[in-house]
Amino acid sequence: MTASFLGEDYLEIRNLTVDFDGFKAVEGVDITLLQGRLHFLIGPNGAGKTTLVDALTGLVGGTGEARFRNRDLLAMKSNEIVRLGIGRTFQTATVFEELSVLQNLDIADGIHRKALSRIRARRKVSERVEETLEAIGLTELVDTPAGILAHGQKQWLEVGMLLVQEAQVMFLDETVAGMSPEEREETGDLLRRIAPDRTIVIIEHDMEFMRTFADFVTVMHAGKVLAEGTVAEIQADPRVQEVYLGTAMEVELDA
Amino acid sequence: MTTAASATEPGTTRGSGASPSRFSPANLFRTYGALIAIAVLAYLLLVWAPGTLTPFRLGNLGKYCCWAIAAVGIGLAWGRGGMLVMGQGVFFGLGGYIMAMHMKLEAAGPGEVPDFMSLYGNGTMPFWWEPFRSGTVTLIAVIVVPLLVSFLLGYAILKRGVKGAYFAILTQALAVAFATLLIATINETGGFNGLNSFRTFFGQKLNKDTKVDLYMMAAGFLILCLVVVWQLYRSRFGELLVATRDAEARVRFLGYDPANTKLIAFVVAAVMASIGGALFTPIVGIISPSNVDAAASIMLLAGVALGGRATLMGPAVGAIAVGYGQSTLSESFPTTWTYFQGALFIVVMLLLPGGFASLGTKLKGLVAGRSAASRASMATKPTVGAEAVA
Repeated sequence: MTASFLGEDYLEIRNLTVDFDGFKAVEGVDITLLQGRLHFLIGPNGAGKTTLVDALTGLVGGTGEARFRNRDLLAMKSNEIVRLGIGRTFQTATVFEELSVLQNLDIADGIHRKALSRIRARRKVSERVEETLEAIGLTELVDTPAGILAHGQKQWLEVGMLLVQEAQVMFLDETVAGMSPEEREETGDLLRRIAPDRTIVIIEHDMEFMRTFADFVTVMHAGKVLAEGTVAEIQADPRVQEVYLGTAMEVELDA
Repeated sequence: MTTAASATEPGTTRGSGASPSRFSPANLFRTYGALIAIAVLAYLLLVWAPGTLTPFRLGNLGKYCCWAIAAVGIGLAWGRGGMLVMGQGVFFGLGGYIMAMHMKLEAAGPGEVPDFMSLYGNGTMPFWWEPFRSGTVTLIAVIVVPLLVSFLLGYAILKRGVKGAYFAILTQALAVAFATLLIATINETGGFNGLNSFRTFFGQKLNKDTKVDLYMMAAGFLILCLVVVWQLYRSRFGELLVATRDAEARVRFLGYDPANTKLIAFVVAAVMASIGGALFTPIVGIISPSNVDAAASIMLLAGVALGGRATLMGPAVGAIAVGYGQSTLSESFPTTWTYFQGALFIVVMLLLPGGFASLGTKLKGLVAGRSAASRASMATKPTVGAEAVA
């Protein structure tokens, strides 16, 4: 630990390996995630990005170490990891379709309430929820069932749920996939706004989005970390170019 | 995190600002309209029926109410919790048999042994019958026994993440095992014949007046269970239960253990089934394995499915309707009723998966569905509105 880390959150992944019956989806990965920067996790399909996040959030078992606030995430259950301040979204937006936008956010807010208070109906909307509604631009749709929201709005609602639960570490899995350019822009701006107090990791295939908003990039390939650095460093790295060679992304990367 | 939490405790409501429609008449009706529906049912069951129906019909209605009490619990566990409980007969039976044991001991008299034990066996009573001589113990047991059993079963099943068809089959198997156990233990439980020929209910001779009282209790408990479930549905727990049903992984990543939420619904459903069973025994005058086995469990489900499993009133009204249909139609067409019931079940499940209660919404949805969806998309921020629709 260096002095610059003091007082700031960080998540330290050391030698993380996820083994599916002999197939190592993630192998010996070392990554340090720092508070205050938009950390992009890129790589071709099957590189192990989502599996890495699955391991860090208790969805699959892994070996090695993932330290956050002096706890090893690999030894914890999903709901405990969440209570430690780590949240995630899924590749396909997962919201409670039959519940309203407000109810969705209120359930996320439940992490700050006592379990027994659930027996009562909601009388008031917490400030956290109100502020988040504002931040994700869904104030007007507060009573709308989440199921009929547009695709981008569902993604924002999911990010909003992480904001309400006050996740200090956020793993966002392809949040802007399927969004229009304007929606991407807004999403990126939103993430920039919330980044200073948080540790945000974005799994992304959209290179344009990555170039515009990334503060730091980790490139994964075949379960291992291939390269790390700023956007410029990554783009200059011949190994990264090789991995992406022949794919559509290579063209974009070189551009 | 703690500072933020405490800062938002008091006076954080910003009332109308964020959501103009939250306190609109429509929303108030959505919340309290259900109470009106409960009140209407309460009037029909507690005032209209006793003054109108013959004692025989009233007794039948009491029986349907017992099923309806169990059905209300199934609505909670299945409709809102997504757990297809195919073995509620077990808990219905626990309540029913506990009550039957007490009534058998009451009929036998102090220190005596129930008649069937001398008839089938050597006239010695198993030690675990003894506590049920006490009415108080019996009443407590009607609640506590299913509570403990369902908690242990539910904990073992739900904590392992068993769900869907596996959960359904497991609970169904429990009902089969329970009925088989009852049939096999003729000396202890009356076996295939079950327990019957009761004389008194808590000291009251089972005459016409007592039967009306019993009916009133069944109807009253049904209304009470509906009020309990109404509160659960409108509470944050109810929202969490629906959320758990629809996206369990998401709930887990909001810091909840989905198994706990489902476990509570499962236990409440079990206790309700037990109360239904405990009232069924004195009202019908017999409890036997055929009242609690797999077929009986499925019949409980049928009413819930037909009425509308996710709604408040659907399960109760559905169970009463299926019970009524069974009695009335089977009187006129004893052989075809079962087929009719099966056909009705299939047709409703195919065309109206939400049950009859969803008929209105479904019709309304056909008309308004498209416009509501487009409205929601249009209402987003102007800059992204066009894209959101496309």
